[in-house]
Amino acid sequence: MSLDDFFHDETFFGDYTFKNSPRAIKRFPFPFPEDDYMYSVNMEPHVPGRPGSVFEHTFDVDEHYVAEMRDRARVLRDDPLRCQSLPHMTLAGWDLLELIMESFARDYPQWFSLTKSGNQWHWINRPLNIDQKFTFLDESTLPCGPMEYITRQAQGDFTLQDQRNDNLWIEAGMVTTQADWSLDFDIGMSFHEWHAPVPKAHEMGVFDRALKFLLQLQHGAPVRRFNWTMTVDPLLDTSPENYPKWGPGKTTLTKENIGQRQHLRVELQTLFRLPRSNAIAFPIRCYLCSFEDLVTQPKWARRLHRVVRDLPDELATYKGFIRNRPLMVDYLSQFDDGAPTSPGWWPDE
Amino acid sequence: MSKTDFGPSIKSRPVYGVLSPRPGSSHLIVADGEGGAAVEALFAQAPEMKAKAHLIYIPGANGTDMSTAMAALGAGQYNRAPTYASVRSRIVKVLGDGHMGLQVYATGTESLMGQVQRDAMEAGLPHDAVQTEHRGSLARRVQCVHCKGITENVTTDPFVCSHCGLNLFVRDHYSRRLAAFQGVNIDAEDPGEVPPAEERFK
Repeated sequence: MSLDDFFHDETFFGDYTFKNSPRAIKRFPFPFPEDDYMYSVNMEPHVPGRPGSVFEHTFDVDEHYVAEMRDRARVLRDDPLRCQSLPHMTLAGWDLLELIMESFARDYPQWFSLTKSGNQWHWINRPLNIDQKFTFLDESTLPCGPMEYITRQAQGDFTLQDQRNDNLWIEAGMVTTQADWSLDFDIGMSFHEWHAPVPKAHEMGVFDRALKFLLQLQHGAPVRRFNWTMTVDPLLDTSPENYPKWGPGKTTLTKENIGQRQHLRVELQTLFRLPRSNAIAFPIRCYLCSFEDLVTQPKWARRLHRVVRDLPDELATYKGFIRNRPLMVDYLSQFDDGAPTSPGWWPDE
Repeated sequence: MSKTDFGPSIKSRPVYGVLSPRPGSSHLIVADGEGGAAVEALFAQAPEMKAKAHLIYIPGANGTDMSTAMAALGAGQYNRAPTYASVRSRIVKVLGDGHMGLQVYATGTESLMGQVQRDAMEAGLPHDAVQTEHRGSLARRVQCVHCKGITENVTTDPFVCSHCGLNLFVRDHYSRRLAAFQGVNIDAEDPGEVPPAEERFK
């Protein structure tokens, strides 16, 4: 299969030509293991999963890779503040570059290669047509800082957290596919500070437990969890900065178009301890799937209906879909016959 | 003039205390509006610190002006400034020139204290090296997340961004680096449908 056959030529903006293939629908990381949802720390070891699933490799490179990287470049052209790194975070950026290059080259040798001779590295990224020789740990040999360089070539947002004073500090990031939070505002904050706007979870102790857990995170033992929200149209850049541009789209959903335009937005969040800097890398990978594609899996259709219908108002408000919830429940109810669903989130075979 | 009793704090909001004299080689004291009363209380506890004190006072945006009383306190150096922005370069110089043992005190509005903490952090002091005491107005300093402009002395919610003119609500999210709360467009989904402004931060 040639590169052009695998990677879609599509957009996440304007005419929104993004589309999941039948294979991508089948492997969509549906985030609800049960028929209801409430916050939890829900972390598990990030170990290789089923072949073909989004967990098969350390980083999932899928059919949307090339188009997502084009979209990232577009967002950065419009707003360079989406990528920032405080001066002391450069070493963590190199750690991240190494992690991604080694993982990509190991897991996708048909697309990426990395050869090393001491600190002289040679990186080839065939899908994006990049051939780069550089000196590891020498910033002057790359066209931009190491975090920016590698995250322009990797799907998902990335933040880097420094660890000191028994806390984590968000001090670098590449954030162009975010669910309504601002790196430019949050950079420099401690763990509880940057989570301040999340309702309920503080009182439940979720962040205290999560921080305690993450401070102990070991190199070589990454973990993962899901998060989710809803997005109208396959727009990756749902930033607060651009909310006046994308917010109005939420008001144009109808019974007729909701199946195509309403998307479940799932974040596969992974956490890696980095070896030199002792920082934590936090990739936040966004997957989108339209309601009409989701309901092709009967189990997901039933369960999504129940989760959306029963979610507390406070969470539906925070996740930004309270105004369209009645329309969503109405649409999804057509596909819920009340039958029980099997445990876990894999689609029924 | 009583100290402010804040409701349950959001997680990103700083916690303020009460100024108390600490031994030091010099003292930088920055106050605005009703914060002047906290300076009076501080000096009353430790009159010996006055000679080594550099006091900067900014009349409050709400009209409170204690500058006559401040000038009469007997600080070694006294400066009255119209706004924080006007006196910022002076504060940055004092912080940069400060020797070991410089004590920093900030009192008055959250905006004033936040900016002193931000400038102290930028000068290399840890953020908790600045003693703070809230007095007077609850007016907020708010950054528009859309245009990035900062509107000073916000007392109502929603309010109009002084830079781009969007109608913003004040999200309970505070950045110490910016010394500002976050403002988010309130009528993006229904342009023109803006609830009446309520005075929330008097």
